[in-house]
Amino acid sequence: MILNATFLAAFLGAALVLALPERWARGVALAAALAGLGFAASAFSGYDNAPGAPHFQFVTQAPWVPALGISFHTGADGISLALLVLTGIIAVAGVLFSWNVAHRPRAFFAFYLVIIGGVYGVFQSFDLFLLFVFYEIVIIPKYFLISAWGSTNREYGAMKLTMYSAAGSALVLLAILATSAASGAHTFDLLALADPSRASFAPAFQAWVFPVMFVGFAVLAGLWPLHTWAPTGHVAAPTAVSMLLAGVVMKLGSYGALRVAMTLFPIGLAQWKFPIAVLAAAGILLGALVALAQRDLKFTVGYSSIAHMGFVLLGLMTLNLSGLGGAVLQMFSHGIIGGLLFAVVGRMIYDRTHTRDIAELGAMGLARTLPFAAATFTVASVASMGLPGFSGFIAEFTILKGAWMAFPPLLIPAGLGVVVTVAFTLIALQRTFFPAGEAPAPPPLPPITPPEKLGALLLMAATLAVGLFPSVLLDPILRSFESPLMRTLIQGGPR
Amino acid sequence: MTILTLIPLAGALLAALLPSPRAARTAAAGFLFAALGFALFLALGYDRAAGGIQFVERQEWIPALGVEYFVGADGMSLMLLLLTTFVTPFALLAAGPGIPRIHVVLILLLEATLIGTFTALNFIHWFLFYELSLVPAFLLIRSSGTKAATAAALRFFIYTLVGGLAMLIGFLAIQIAAGTFDLVRLAGLGPSLDGLLCARFQWPFAGALVFAGIFLGLAVKVPIVPFHTWLPDAYAEAPSPVTMLLTGLMSKMGLYGFLRLLLPLFPQRMQELAAPLLWLALATILLSAFTALVQTDLKRMLAYSSINHLGYCLLGIFAVAAVPAGASSASGARDAAMTGVLLQIFNHGLTASALFCFAGFLEARSGGLRGLRDFGGLRTAAPVFAGLMGIALFSSLGLPGLNGFVGEFLIFSGTFHLVPWAAAIAAIGLFITAVFLLNAIQNLFTGPLPQRWAKFPDLTRSEVALAAPAIALMFVLGSYPQVLIALFNQP
Repeated sequence: MILNATFLAAFLGAALVLALPERWARGVALAAALAGLGFAASAFSGYDNAPGAPHFQFVTQAPWVPALGISFHTGADGISLALLVLTGIIAVAGVLFSWNVAHRPRAFFAFYLVIIGGVYGVFQSFDLFLLFVFYEIVIIPKYFLISAWGSTNREYGAMKLTMYSAAGSALVLLAILATSAASGAHTFDLLALADPSRASFAPAFQAWVFPVMFVGFAVLAGLWPLHTWAPTGHVAAPTAVSMLLAGVVMKLGSYGALRVAMTLFPIGLAQWKFPIAVLAAAGILLGALVALAQRDLKFTVGYSSIAHMGFVLLGLMTLNLSGLGGAVLQMFSHGIIGGLLFAVVGRMIYDRTHTRDIAELGAMGLARTLPFAAATFTVASVASMGLPGFSGFIAEFTILKGAWMAFPPLLIPAGLGVVVTVAFTLIALQRTFFPAGEAPAPPPLPPITPPEKLGALLLMAATLAVGLFPSVLLDPILRSFESPLMRTLIQGGPR
Repeated sequence: MTILTLIPLAGALLAALLPSPRAARTAAAGFLFAALGFALFLALGYDRAAGGIQFVERQEWIPALGVEYFVGADGMSLMLLLLTTFVTPFALLAAGPGIPRIHVVLILLLEATLIGTFTALNFIHWFLFYELSLVPAFLLIRSSGTKAATAAALRFFIYTLVGGLAMLIGFLAIQIAAGTFDLVRLAGLGPSLDGLLCARFQWPFAGALVFAGIFLGLAVKVPIVPFHTWLPDAYAEAPSPVTMLLTGLMSKMGLYGFLRLLLPLFPQRMQELAAPLLWLALATILLSAFTALVQTDLKRMLAYSSINHLGYCLLGIFAVAAVPAGASSASGARDAAMTGVLLQIFNHGLTASALFCFAGFLEARSGGLRGLRDFGGLRTAAPVFAGLMGIALFSSLGLPGLNGFVGEFLIFSGTFHLVPWAAAIAAIGLFITAVFLLNAIQNLFTGPLPQRWAKFPDLTRSEVALAAPAIALMFVLGSYPQVLIALFNQP
């Protein structure tokens, strides 16, 4: 039940925000987000990681539409819990960075909390129908949030993002229905469908349904070349929504790909893993190269998300413990770091300067006028480069190790991608905050407000904590791959 | 060991929170001296008779990756800790009372990462500090904000990071093959590691490739010609106190890497490749010496001189590697060369940081001018300055009685027994070194005093007080090097 409380708190919060007067909107939203984080964190700390304990805990199972084989089935393993905690952290930080929303705040926070609730739901659903319902709940409010509260080219960005998401989820729906029909088991329950004792799906069926479902999910994860919605969507979105998009919504895609597509169709996966891994590696390198060429700071961060998500997909395709565990850790890590980068660019800088052009920002002497923003962006950049001590290092390092064991040639584009990532991150940091030469009289800007500082400190603490003590997350994540559902993924080999 | 790392970190936190930059600087100096005191305490507490690695702390950290929190120190580490904790406060105080608070914080952070690097015994743990040190160093190099400094800092960062990545991938392969990141256990594997790598990857060149990756990472850091091109710009464009840290301490991370990682892990490959490696060391010594000869900018000249002096360390290391450990006839020469290398590491750290400190004093007085030809006859205008900087230059030149001599002498006498031809060629470098350093002394201090420098102010009392410990140490180590040698030579 404690898991269900996460999304219930969010949905209840959304209803309350609408029902109560406008001046309470952000306070209620913060309370709902904090409650969600509290439930997720207490579930995480209450998870029994002992060797004999069940893999899926906090399970709730009740019939829902028995005639169609649909049930309400939720639960969590280490993977789910890591992502639930991530959602809680991003939700709280997002509210803090939206403290200044003045335009229709009730509607804004209501939509915002609905997205959060949907994301919580996806990460704990073990019934495919239920999972899909939550997945869809996320898509529609995104459109309204971007088109009504967004900035540059917002209608275009919102529409493009929604079209891509809708197309992806159409593929997912098609695959789910086909799966349920092909199983002959009259159920949508993931654990029942993936039960190893059941006859597996026919290879010919898997060969086509796996790519359909995987690509449907991976669109949302920014799989190259279907990633183009992400940079434009990120740029158009208001800050909190960019944080949600990069922080958790992209993870819905990679989570779905891992939890559903890969576990149900191991034979299809074996056939398609190499081409997908090549696309992932291409995403790493090309995403980083394109980011290098950007002049708009938010686009730079947007393309860096593609590169970092490429690591997640590459890790998933390695099918060894190192790569898979690293991929889940990278989902968490990029969620935090990407969220932080967007918070600095969107809220701390753009809301004050009304420009995101790197050269214009450089002329403003931001390091002196907004020292806190400069310090935060420096920390976020260092974390994003994957320097040791921050969460990104352990995640990308374990993925590279897994990739080496699975596809040695792909280490080259991935390694080059790391180098280019360092280069573009450093160049963007330098040109924006520490440009060469003396800045002309910098325009006075409003100082960074306490909610922004709190939000930034929360995210910085999270990436540093995971960077220094990755075992806290990594151990439950790695154990999750021993469960009957996930175990089929590992093809052997050393840890 | 953990306490030693935590002292500067705590100082950084306090310095960031204190209300005034002046108080931050005072507090930082207090913490740095506390770290120096603690390092001395550890060095005195080191049981020389037992030798080996002591003060070990070991804890599980990321068991899934085989990463442990594993620190400890042997004589070499302790010597570097002493150097670090000595040079850092020297650099902080050399920056003068007007130093911005952010620089104080960065200097403290840099010291923490250096201490971490010199005490870590698990590769990932080591690498964490090794790479993190780049961040404060990057920000400090570019702190003057000029275009040239910005470009130099960026170049420094990218070069070193790419090298670091090559090294990381190398160690990833080692972990896959040998199943551990533990440097002590890996060193125990010794020559068999190469075979393990080739067997695991079923490829005869796997060992060579891993070796090359780690070598590249360290070669950029030291640096070895031709991987040195980032250095002169970075050293010249960084403020002088920062350059003191770069040359005095950060270059030692690379040499430490050679001694702690490459030599114990790949003794056989080092031996096979000894001839080309020695040629690289010779190229480093000679090319940098000749380049220093034609420099007109004091800081650039000192930068090339740094490369040159570190080249002698490399010469000693590669000469030791060239002869198998078992050969008893050479054991005395090996010991001599190795002792020389370690002494030279300390001495160069001390002397080079002192030289850049004086370069900073000169810049502060000349309004940023530091061309060798811009000055002359300063001996008459500023006798104390000329005298003290002269001592440091002579120490760099290797004058007997000063610290530089002993290290270079031991390296050469050891190398001459082990690999005579390399020592002979390197001796040319010694001669050139003497020429360009004397040339500097002549240009700066002798000859007619230009009218514009007639009122060149001499060192203030506090500046003399700042330089005095370093100068005194040069004499002490020059006349009685045993105090340092005792740390890493078992009685």
